[in-house]
Amino acid sequence: MRIPFSYPMALLAALITLTPVFILITLASDATSVFDSHNLKILGNTLSLMGLTVVGSILVGVPLAFISAYVQLPFKRLWLVIFAAPLAIPSYIGAFTLYAAFGPGGEINNLLGFSTPAMYGLPGAAIVMTLYTFPFVMMTTRSSLLSLDASMVNAARTLGMSMRQCVFKVILPRVINGIAAGSLLVALYTLSDFGTPAMMRLDTFTRVIYVEYNAFALGRAAMLSLQLMVIVGFLLLIESQIKTATERHGRPLNLFANKWQLTAIFSVFAPVLFLAIGLPLAIFFVWLYRDGFSAFDFTIAWNSAYASAIAAIVAVIVAIPVANAALSGKTGKVFERVTYFGFGIPGIVMGTALVYGGLQLPFLYQTLGLLIIAYMLRFLPLAVGSIRTSTEHLDPSLVKSARVLGASPREAFTRITLPLTMRGIIAGAALVFLESMRELEATLLLGPTGFETLSTYLWRVYEAGYFGRAAIPGLLLVLISACGLAIMMSGEKRNQIDH
Amino acid sequence: MLSVSQLSIDYGKTRVVNDLNISLEKSEILMLVGPTGCGKSTILQALAGLIPISEGEIKLGKWSATPKQLVPPEKRSVGMVFQDFALFPHLTVVQNICFRLKESSIADHWIKLLGLEEFRDKKPATLSGGQKQRVALARTLAHQPDFVLLDEPLSNLDAALKDMLRWDIRNALKQAGVPAIWVTHDQEEALSIGDRVGILKSGQIQQIDTPERCFSVPSNRFVARFLGEASFIEGKLKEGIATTRIGNAPAHGIDCDESIVDVLLRPDDIQLIQNTQTANGRVIWVRFEGGSRLCAVQLQCNTVVTSRVSHEVVVNIGDEVFVSINTTHPLAVYSK
Repeated sequence: MRIPFSYPMALLAALITLTPVFILITLASDATSVFDSHNLKILGNTLSLMGLTVVGSILVGVPLAFISAYVQLPFKRLWLVIFAAPLAIPSYIGAFTLYAAFGPGGEINNLLGFSTPAMYGLPGAAIVMTLYTFPFVMMTTRSSLLSLDASMVNAARTLGMSMRQCVFKVILPRVINGIAAGSLLVALYTLSDFGTPAMMRLDTFTRVIYVEYNAFALGRAAMLSLQLMVIVGFLLLIESQIKTATERHGRPLNLFANKWQLTAIFSVFAPVLFLAIGLPLAIFFVWLYRDGFSAFDFTIAWNSAYASAIAAIVAVIVAIPVANAALSGKTGKVFERVTYFGFGIPGIVMGTALVYGGLQLPFLYQTLGLLIIAYMLRFLPLAVGSIRTSTEHLDPSLVKSARVLGASPREAFTRITLPLTMRGIIAGAALVFLESMRELEATLLLGPTGFETLSTYLWRVYEAGYFGRAAIPGLLLVLISACGLAIMMSGEKRNQIDH
Repeated sequence: MLSVSQLSIDYGKTRVVNDLNISLEKSEILMLVGPTGCGKSTILQALAGLIPISEGEIKLGKWSATPKQLVPPEKRSVGMVFQDFALFPHLTVVQNICFRLKESSIADHWIKLLGLEEFRDKKPATLSGGQKQRVALARTLAHQPDFVLLDEPLSNLDAALKDMLRWDIRNALKQAGVPAIWVTHDQEEALSIGDRVGILKSGQIQQIDTPERCFSVPSNRFVARFLGEASFIEGKLKEGIATTRIGNAPAHGIDCDESIVDVLLRPDDIQLIQNTQTANGRVIWVRFEGGSRLCAVQLQCNTVVTSRVSHEVVVNIGDEVFVSINTTHPLAVYSK
């Protein structure tokens, strides 16, 4: 059998993806204590934050999914965008602004005069994480709900079941996998998030890894990273077991709410959405008004942009053979799965591993190259996924047809394959670019000395307490994330049309 | 002239096409027909050079391809029309048709002939199935191929469209004056369109001949059944006459000379008479076909024969009827 030409490149990419894990294992074997009471506390904090966030996102996400899927609202599409909008705000920005807004001496106290309880510790972190992760549950549940055939509910109603009973006995049991898939995403996101627990001063794995790293205890940082990876690995294992529903698609249910019901829905969820989106933006604008534009150094934005642009280009170059290999055969699929590993590795863990790797390879240490490798490893799956989807939709008879019309393989590639997959390639590059722009933790660890990006600048501002200076980088980051979200959602929409 | 000799194709260890011999005259249309999985599409792919061949030779004037000597598709001057149209979605109709053309006058000719003027600048996604297939055909013929391969061109289309488009394609091919191999699984399409018909079964040609001969003198029972309603009745063949319990007729043996044989009867070979004292069978099912009615009659010996009557004749299940052979042309008979 002939080996597809993309395999060697894909294998190389897969091996590179695995290097952080190898580095961590060698590092951790040097560390002395494996597990102590301090670790237990960190584990407790991490799991509590994860558990509370999952519960919170289910409580907010599932009802919103139900509403956006079934209830006929005016401006339906707009509501969906608003429900998903918290994804356009990096959670560390939410944590930053909510931390600054609440509590005695917070911005709310300053502006409006009354004092609010502080956002702090486990409750604060859980609230922030819930606000910015519930859209994951909302989206997966919504797509499960939309795939259900309304006739099942109609049958239950004609058999004498009330709508409320239907929700619990007919609808929810069939979307449980969708809810579970979303919850797992929330759990993974919470486990790997660094900014929120760090700003809320909650000692989770990610925060303590950063603390240990700053104390030059790389061995302990690696040990903790490995422990975190075990939990992540466990969750990924569960995820691989979840099967999404394969029900026959039908016409989804349509519900019409009366005025009273609409008011009730609005009064429950408006505060949540206000906290998640309205408040951070309002705080930034207050700061912008107070401090003006002058303090911001635009080289920081430029730094972010060009590091991310290089990462995007590199990621696409690596992703094309990986996506191609994934479509060429079973072994190629394995390579592709391996590259997805980088997505599961928390940024702080990736940073720790690459810092150590860089120390062994002096020509890489403290260079932009190492940071770009980190971005590439973390966000490669976004590029692979996007390119693979666009290639999958390519009908093989198109290339055949170009060949029989007299085009050489090269001409068929440049005139047919390339233009038709270009959208996927550009979308993949854009996603990597935008994700790299908002990346915080690996950038903190790997950025060369004096190399400040939007996200690290925001972090320094937080540490130094000059909150007002966060306004411009914060708003830029929100704008950038919003673009990323728009690309992902339009990709989802396109796929719906294709099928 | 296209000639294919002793062509065999393997997928891994399984032989999917075995010892195929075809030769096509200028502007001749050969219909390849057979059940799903008989290898008919594989043959087209091999002729186009899209898959490798294991044995044999494909020859067309300037080039000749063997297992050792691969000729890439773009060097074969072949035209291919695909079941799923394979129009380039990012190009307009006219850009599709002119894909590799330097000047567009020949494209205009086919656009006009196939009635595509109003769609010139549309993208394929906005066209109906029938229009898409016309564009695909125009694209193929505008590139002036030396031979054309059509891979079930009508199978993704509505029944109503099929009939008209089938004749439009045939006329266009005849006007272009190129030999064509047209693959289908629809025996009616095969019989009506083809200059010759080739029937395939598990990668092996069963018979290749004019539609008339394939239908009335099938080389075996598989071909007989595949090309249309067929019943077999036991009889005796002697000196060119077959004698059966429902009558005699001239006959000639396909694979036997003289003995106890099975006689092939098409519905039109059998006459059905109702309201008679001398019934010899009972109607077990009736299918209304619009202009006619197809009736199955079980004889006393349990053999079932089918007969076609006018739609004006009302036949009911359970009716006692008299059937008899009523034909002038010789019937095909097969050994028991």
